[in-house]
Amino acid sequence: MEVVIKAEKLSKAFGDFIATNAISFEVYKGEIFGFLGANGAGKTTAIRMLCGLSKPSSGEATIAGFDIYRETESIKKNIGYMSQKFSLYEDLTVAENLRFYGGIYGLGRKELKEASEAVIKNLGLEQERKKLVSSLPLGWKQKLAFSVAIMHEPKLVFLDEPTGGVDPVTRRQFWDLIHQAAARGITVFVTTHYMDEAEYCDRISMMVDGEMKALDTPRNLKKQFGVDSMDAVFYEMARGAKRSD
Amino acid sequence: MEVRVEHISKRYQKPELQALKDISFEVEKGELFGLIGPDGAGKSTLFRILTTLLLPDEGHAEVAGFDVRKDLRALRSAVGYMPGRFSLYQDLSIEENLRFFATLFGTTIEANYDLIKDIYVQIEPFKDRRAGQLSGGMKQKLALCCALIHRPKVLFLDEPTTGVDAVSRKEFWQMLKGLQAEGISILVSTPYMDEASLCDRIALIQEGHILSIDQPKGLQEKYPRPLFALRAQGMNQLLDSLRDKPELASVYAFGEYHHLSFKEQSPQGMEALLADLRSQGFQDLEAHSIEAGVEDCFIELMQKSDGSSN
Repeated sequence: MEVVIKAEKLSKAFGDFIATNAISFEVYKGEIFGFLGANGAGKTTAIRMLCGLSKPSSGEATIAGFDIYRETESIKKNIGYMSQKFSLYEDLTVAENLRFYGGIYGLGRKELKEASEAVIKNLGLEQERKKLVSSLPLGWKQKLAFSVAIMHEPKLVFLDEPTGGVDPVTRRQFWDLIHQAAARGITVFVTTHYMDEAEYCDRISMMVDGEMKALDTPRNLKKQFGVDSMDAVFYEMARGAKRSD
Repeated sequence: MEVRVEHISKRYQKPELQALKDISFEVEKGELFGLIGPDGAGKSTLFRILTTLLLPDEGHAEVAGFDVRKDLRALRSAVGYMPGRFSLYQDLSIEENLRFFATLFGTTIEANYDLIKDIYVQIEPFKDRRAGQLSGGMKQKLALCCALIHRPKVLFLDEPTTGVDAVSRKEFWQMLKGLQAEGISILVSTPYMDEASLCDRIALIQEGHILSIDQPKGLQEKYPRPLFALRAQGMNQLLDSLRDKPELASVYAFGEYHHLSFKEQSPQGMEALLADLRSQGFQDLEAHSIEAGVEDCFIELMQKSDGSSN
C-alpha cells in the first residue's frame, strides 16, 4: 500500500508544554483516517505540523513523500485543507471563489475551467454560480469548501471538524463527498466531534494528552474496549485525560 | 409560564433572510427546554429577541412576565444570557469578571455564591488569571457563572457545547440539571441531536421555522414507520445498493449501521430485502428493528417539510 503520511516520533513543545508527544503512524492512499481526541489533546498542533505550517521540535515525517522540515512548499501544493472556520470568501461569488482557489493552486486556464464546471455540476450549483457565498446555506458552503479544497486533485486533504453545526441530512451528503474523494484515491484526514462519523472512517486514531493512545479500525477499537459504540470508546479514553482545553 | 412566544417573525436585510417564521412556544417554570437545529436555523436570533437585544418584526413574547418590547429593564434583570461567542472581558481576571457582573446587577458574589458554587469551585484555583488566558472549558464555566450571579429566573444558553468534546459536554449537561433543580427555567440551543434527550421538551428548528415541539420520548414515538438498522461488509456499497431499492421509504447512514424504513409494512419486507442483498453478494448481513432517535426524527421532518432544499 502506498504510504501518504509517515510520522515517526513527531513532537512539538511550546516551552515546557509538550503539545504533541512522539506520535508515530502511517496513513495510506485512499484511506479515510479519523483523528479524534478531546479539546486540548494536541490535534491542531499535529495537523499544523503535517500541513507544513509549523516546524516540529523533534521527530520525522513525510507527507506525500515530501519532508516536513525541508519541503514544506511542496507539501502545501500536494494537500488540500478545510475547516469549519476557514473555508471560502463570503463576499466573492461561487464562481469567483473557484477561480481564486484554482489560481492559488496553480491550475492552468483550461484545467481551472474544467475543475470549476465539475464542482458546480457535482454539487448542483448551476443556478448559484453568480451568487455571493454569504447567501448560501451553511451546508452548501461546507460542501463547496470541500470541493474547492480538492479541486487541484491533491494526494491528501485535511478536514478539521468539517461538519460542525451542519444539519443531519447535509452532514450525510458531506460524507458522500468524502467517500467519493477517497474512492478516487484522495486520502482523507478528518477530525470530528460527532461519534457516528467516526464509524465512517477506515481507521481511527485517538489523541490523549498529546499522545496517540490508540489506532485501529472502529470495529477493533470497540472490541478492544468491550463496548458497542465509538461514543463509549471515546468516553473511556478521554476520561483518563489529565489535560483539557 | 416563564417564557411565552407567540407568532414571532424576524427578517434581515443584507443578505436578505427570513430568520424566523411565525414561531410560537411556551416554557414552564423550572423546565429545561432545548432548541435543536443546525447553524443558521434561527436559534441565536430567537435568543436575542427574548433577551431584548433585537426587536421582532411581528409577534409577541414575554419572559418572566415581562414584555420583550416594553419591559426591557425589568426583563434584563430577570434573565441570564450566555451568548454563543465568548463575550466576557478578556483583560479582567476570573474574579474581576464575576464581581463586575454581580455589581452590574446590584448584587454581590457572596449573596448568590450557593447558586454558582459547584461550578465556580472548578475554576476558583485560577481566579487571578485573565479570562483571555483561559482554556475553552474554563471560559465556558466562567461565562455560566457570570450569567447566573444575579440569580436569574430564566437562563438562555446559546450553543454552550459547540466545539466542546464529548466528555466535557456530558459534564456541562450535569451542571444544567443541577440548576434546574434550583427552579431556574433554562432555554438551551444545540446542534447536537444526542443532547436533545437530556431536555424536558425540545423544539426542532430548521430554516427559521419549528418542525416539532414535544418531549424527546413523544417525538420518537411519533416516527411514522417502523425503523430498522442494517449492516454488512462493505457499508458504502450497501448504502449505494439500498438507495436503488424502490420499496424503501428512507435510507441513510447512521454510524455503524444504515437506518431504513419501508414504504409498505409487511412482516416479510425485511426478509425479502435481506434475500435480495444476499443474492447481490453482500455478506455478514445483520438487521434488527430499532426505535427512532431524535436525529432520525429530524431527518424525517426535514424531508417532509422539504426544509433541505439541497
